[in-house]
Amino acid sequence: MANFPIEDQNSRTGVHPLKFSLWLIIISIIMMFAAFTSAYIVRREEGNWLEFNLPNILLINTFIIVLSSVSMQLAHNAAKHNNMGKLKLMLLITLGLGTAFLVGQWYGWADLVQNNIYFGGTGSNPSGSFLYVLTGVHGFHLVTGLIFVLIVFMSSLKFKIHSKNMLRIQLCTVYWHFLGGLWLYLYIFLRINH
Amino acid sequence: MSSTDISINKDVHHAHEEHDHHHDQNFFEKYVFSLDHKVIAKQFLFMGIFWAFVGGFLSILFRLQLGWPEATFTFLEPILGGWIENGKLNPEFYLALVTMHGTIMVFFVLTAGLSGTFSNFLIPLQLGARDMASGFMNMLSFWIFFLSSVVMFISLFLETGPAAGGWTVYPPLSALPEAIQGSGDGMSMWLVAMALFIVSQLLGGVNYITTIINLRTRGMSMTKMPLTIWAFFLTAILGLLAFPVLFSAALLLIFDRSFGTSFFLSDIFIAGQALSNTGGSPILFQHLFWFLGHPEVYIVIMPAMGLVSEVIATNSRKPIFGYRAMIGSLIGISVLSFVVWAHHMFVTGMNPFLGSVFMFLTLIIAVPSAVKVFNWIATLWRGNIRFTTAMMYAIGFVSLFISGGLTGIILGNSALDIQLHDTYFVVAHFHLVMGAAAFFGMFCGVYHWFPKMFGRMLDEKLGFVHFWLTFISVYLVFMPMHYIGIAGFPRRYYNWTGFETFNIFTDMNTFISIAAILGFTAQFIFLFNFIYSIFKGRRATENPWHSNTLEWTTPVLPGHGNWPGPLPTVYRWPYDYSKPGAAEDYIPQTVPYSQTQSSNLPNERDFE
Repeated sequence: MANFPIEDQNSRTGVHPLKFSLWLIIISIIMMFAAFTSAYIVRREEGNWLEFNLPNILLINTFIIVLSSVSMQLAHNAAKHNNMGKLKLMLLITLGLGTAFLVGQWYGWADLVQNNIYFGGTGSNPSGSFLYVLTGVHGFHLVTGLIFVLIVFMSSLKFKIHSKNMLRIQLCTVYWHFLGGLWLYLYIFLRINH
Repeated sequence: MSSTDISINKDVHHAHEEHDHHHDQNFFEKYVFSLDHKVIAKQFLFMGIFWAFVGGFLSILFRLQLGWPEATFTFLEPILGGWIENGKLNPEFYLALVTMHGTIMVFFVLTAGLSGTFSNFLIPLQLGARDMASGFMNMLSFWIFFLSSVVMFISLFLETGPAAGGWTVYPPLSALPEAIQGSGDGMSMWLVAMALFIVSQLLGGVNYITTIINLRTRGMSMTKMPLTIWAFFLTAILGLLAFPVLFSAALLLIFDRSFGTSFFLSDIFIAGQALSNTGGSPILFQHLFWFLGHPEVYIVIMPAMGLVSEVIATNSRKPIFGYRAMIGSLIGISVLSFVVWAHHMFVTGMNPFLGSVFMFLTLIIAVPSAVKVFNWIATLWRGNIRFTTAMMYAIGFVSLFISGGLTGIILGNSALDIQLHDTYFVVAHFHLVMGAAAFFGMFCGVYHWFPKMFGRMLDEKLGFVHFWLTFISVYLVFMPMHYIGIAGFPRRYYNWTGFETFNIFTDMNTFISIAAILGFTAQFIFLFNFIYSIFKGRRATENPWHSNTLEWTTPVLPGHGNWPGPLPTVYRWPYDYSKPGAAEDYIPQTVPYSQTQSSNLPNERDFE
């Protein structure tokens, strides 16, 4: 079976093709959220828009996801210096913080429901629905990110991640930072438009 | 190629022994779940051809209704069953036919079938790469498309019919199952199929861009790439930026339909009953949809432009006129395609000032389009033209692009659009400029690259008949539509005999329908030619068209990895045809300047 690994081919940009692909995927995710947030602005301008307070827990979640980005970067650096113990620890912390963020988002939704802000049905307003969609779709991507971190963690247990084999953790770090940055953008966007 | 692989595969061999042609890959790896870009390209091509016949057949069905509104269609009962009631086509099913014809043709044939086939096939071959950047993602792209096709195909056979709200699926019609049968399960399946389709396109597009940026062979700089690759590259970028937006719109529509949100719905009464939805905006959907929808028409036409540029240069035996202007105009079209979407919405009550901005931007597209047309004609000018079937389709493309493009200038005008909006004038315009033209680009590509795909030639005589029948019937169908469009004849109407104004067009509609049936029938000539030639066609040589690009330096049937030896090195641009002083009228890209001293230009002497 002639399956030519990418490493055999000359990459013109010096960037690994998979890393390049990841950036393109990130661009497509950005476009998706650009569509949501611009739809949000356009719709808000038209009036009949329910104003409500954002759940306070979202701010805590923001801190959590920023912290998880830090631990992910530390894991990446640990792998670079072949510090296996620290690598596993930091990946575990990232997994934990990522999960905590998702749980926190869930509580944010519960908070909204208590304030009678519903996703759909009678009495729901697009302003509330948009909040659910933005957090929900971001949450979905965060789950994919968590799965990626989990895969990296599993391969770190098999000693497959070290200074000579950085591609996987590099991709994971880029993606995780992106998810954190995306949430920061969404949070600031929601703060400004509330 | 190692023996270990054979032994690994042995246990999967059973039951498919008869298909195994003594290769070291089993049937599934070689033909079904293949990672080879050439096989994936053929898979896309076969699916595209299948969908083209389905989409074409649907159009014949509604052309029957439009051409003979008083006739009884009991003879269609074996096919359509309950959709024929007392010899009459069900009006809601008519809407479903129109919707599915549009969806299938725009997305499944001219996006997946065209880009999927030729981007996959030509990008690695023309760049000198072993395969795509990620063969696995490429395979995933096809199989997700296949899944999406299955969902869409099944929806055709639902009892309530497939989606019927038009291919643009505007809410509230598409959001409310109470409004029309087709907005029930058919619409749900439409949305699922399209969501899968978008994922497939994004996976494919990411691969195309990565491959073009990263995996060019030695010497292949961006400005030595054939124009086909430039077209595929920009098409993939458009898809990457536009399709996620459609995904967002589809997601919000799904929430509106199934979760009771009100993104696009507000203050709607059905049968006197008010719906609970408040605060939504149907115009918002149109903005999101057309932000994809307009780049989408360039996603359809740009690969065709690339294929046509290549075929015209090869068969005129002349360098393409204005290579850099061709690239520049493609880039110009790509950029402009993102800032003109609202010209589809001139009559939605948009601010007239905004309308004039979008009109201005829209009309600017005429400039890069005219540059391209000028360059194609200038390439043909005084060339040693070889009228191969591919070349005739390429010239036909230019013809259709001009005739359809001219009416675009009229429609892009926000004042004239008030009269022409949603009439057959629009139908005529976009069928000529992007529908038929993209089909011609696709045929041009199939006839030209068939030898490299299957190692055999398509029959040129049958191709000649196929071309002329198709070309004539396309014009016979769409030219008359301009007239009935100017008269105000609206699109998507099931029956118009009740309107005194439109009665006089009965004969013209019958004429259009006859021409459409002729055109559809002619495609079976192609189908026969295609299938026959795969097995029994004349054997091709390595470079039957005496072309310069890299794919013609591979063996007749390139294996996995494309080049048996090392990857080729590129020394020159791909359009050195009929160079004065050269021994032959073509110099492939792999020939160094040191071997062509008699024909080198003064500025090329440095490279000798």
